[in-house]
Amino acid sequence: MSKRLFVKGNEAAAMGAVEAGCRYYFGYPITPQSDIPEYLSRELPPLNGEFIQAESEIGAINMLLGASATGARAMTSSSSPGISLKQEGISYMAGAELPGVIINISRSGPGLGGIDASQSDYFQCVKGGGHGGYHIPVLAPNSVQEMYDLTMHAFDLADLYRTPVMLLGDSVIGQMKEALIPNPRPVRELPAKGWAVRGKSGAEQRVVKSLFLGDGELEAHNWHLHAKYQVMKEKECISEEYETADARLIVAGFGSVSRIAHTAVTMARAEGMKVGLFRPVTLFPFPEQALAQAAARAGKVLVVELNTGQMVEDVRLSVGAAAQVSFYGRPPGAGSLPSPEELLEVIRKNYQETAR
Amino acid sequence: MQQVFKRPQSLKDVQTHFCPGCHHGTIHRLVADAMDLYGVQDRTIGVASVGCSVFLYGYFDIDVVEAPHGRAPAVATGVKRARPDSFVFTYQGDGDLAAIGTAEIIHAANRGEDITVVFVNNTTYGMTGGQMAPTTLVGQKTSTSPYGRDKSKDGSPIKMAELMAQLGGVAYSARVAVDSPKHVLEAKKVMREAFGYQAQGKGFSFVEVLSACPTNWGMNPLKANARIGEEMIPYFPLGVFKKEEA
Ligand SMILES: Cc1ncc(C[n+]2csc(CCOP(=O)(O)OP(=O)(O)O)c2C)c(N)n1
Ligand code: SF4
Repeated sequence: MSKRLFVKGNEAAAMGAVEAGCRYYFGYPITPQSDIPEYLSRELPPLNGEFIQAESEIGAINMLLGASATGARAMTSSSSPGISLKQEGISYMAGAELPGVIINISRSGPGLGGIDASQSDYFQCVKGGGHGGYHIPVLAPNSVQEMYDLTMHAFDLADLYRTPVMLLGDSVIGQMKEALIPNPRPVRELPAKGWAVRGKSGAEQRVVKSLFLGDGELEAHNWHLHAKYQVMKEKECISEEYETADARLIVAGFGSVSRIAHTAVTMARAEGMKVGLFRPVTLFPFPEQALAQAAARAGKVLVVELNTGQMVEDVRLSVGAAAQVSFYGRPPGAGSLPSPEELLEVIRKNYQETAR
Repeated sequence: MQQVFKRPQSLKDVQTHFCPGCHHGTIHRLVADAMDLYGVQDRTIGVASVGCSVFLYGYFDIDVVEAPHGRAPAVATGVKRARPDSFVFTYQGDGDLAAIGTAEIIHAANRGEDITVVFVNNTTYGMTGGQMAPTTLVGQKTSTSPYGRDKSKDGSPIKMAELMAQLGGVAYSARVAVDSPKHVLEAKKVMREAFGYQAQGKGFSFVEVLSACPTNWGMNPLKANARIGEEMIPYFPLGVFKKEEA
């Protein structure tokens, strides 16, 4: 059996990256994710890797672009305002079909905002964020173990689909410590990187670019990207369900709030209410079908988020007319995480409405 | 018959899209010549920037990564760190390098990245239609300085080669022009020297090339060429500003 460690979420993500074979990291300090560059600045050099503290988030994402273009496994991490600066580079990487992992331990905004746990960047991360109408896979861990496991998964998805991949956490997930079993990297067959620049060496020239000016070229490229997103929707959705089989009310939440919701659902069950929890682990692709099935059985979905309502739009799109959707949000502010009792109260109210 | 002049091997045999009298083509040749001299074509990764030179990969027969506007030095940093055995250069205009990309160039230079930067200074934004650049001369009219660049309002034209020479990580910094056969020969020597620094793993090298943009200067190629000697060189002196001995 593998050893058990007691580490912070941020460290777990950095450890997952190293286990996934990432040897190049480029970043710029910002709370609450600075443990990631701190860990990697210590661990990468002895592995013959490179850590660079970039001059800015813009510098960092473009260093990632360059390293990824050579076929190397590379990563950057940041938090909300830094992710805003990275969006230009993420759009270019999506356009040029470059893999790469971006960890976003988000904070609250807009603007400088605060460093408390928040889910106010859902739209920015899940709906493209940068210009040009692209998507990238977005993974939302809710434990230290998942910070590790999903970071490894992110590297594989990136190589499999030639796309940047984002891991979206917040200060609760990044800063808390819990048990971690550092599983070895799963073996997965991945495509060869025949597109990576390497110096021609007498062979065909390789060009990594996102400029397509020829007649119809860009349209074809955009349809090609779109087709990739459809495949992701079919194959890469991950979600978790708890007590949904006979539920008449489904609580839906991702990341840190899903853990509070889990406790509240357990409390509701103890009171005899048939309530379940649905947690999307991939925010893009959004687990539409799994949610739609659970919601159709239950008839009602209560979406809980640490914002004023963002993922709820994807929930509505997923369930359509099959279920009623309501929303409970707590935008960030010091100490504004909802307690399980607070959510239980919201669940009671919503559950009573289903009974009528 | 002895052949005295031929296309560098690193350049493709194609026509360029540059305007008549534009110097980008000449500068491409000098870069290709330097690559050939050190025999690095097969391990070169070029980093293309945004501007009239964005189609680099259409002319150089090498692997190329395209960078967002101004970010070429950061992209080159990632490439070189991940593949230290490759030969990496960026090719950037003055809008690209001296405006939006100021932070990236200063910090890549200051870290002493083992790359070569070719900086094409034509005192304007060529591709977007001749707007004012950080290098536009005082008094020069452009589409966004219709009354001429005003030093009290717009600041002074930035002298990048001199600025680069101040940074600890820079091994070589020089400015050349390609407005006369004599200057082209000098530029060829400097370009070779700059590439030599990287070929020998001696660190960051920077070559600023004064270049004509007849189209946006509203001049015919000959007049545009003459302007380099008459107006640009007096403000942007040619020379080697830093040359670290090995
Ligand atoms: C973020 C961003 N801002 C602006 C532009 C538009 N743009 C394209 S080329 C260019 C200027 C290029 O000028 P320069 O670097 O001097 O090169 P030249 O065309 O003169 O060779 C600008 C501003 C862009 N592509 N991206
Ligand atoms: S616009 Fe200016 S820089 Fe661009 S190709 Fe024409 S002459 Fe050259």
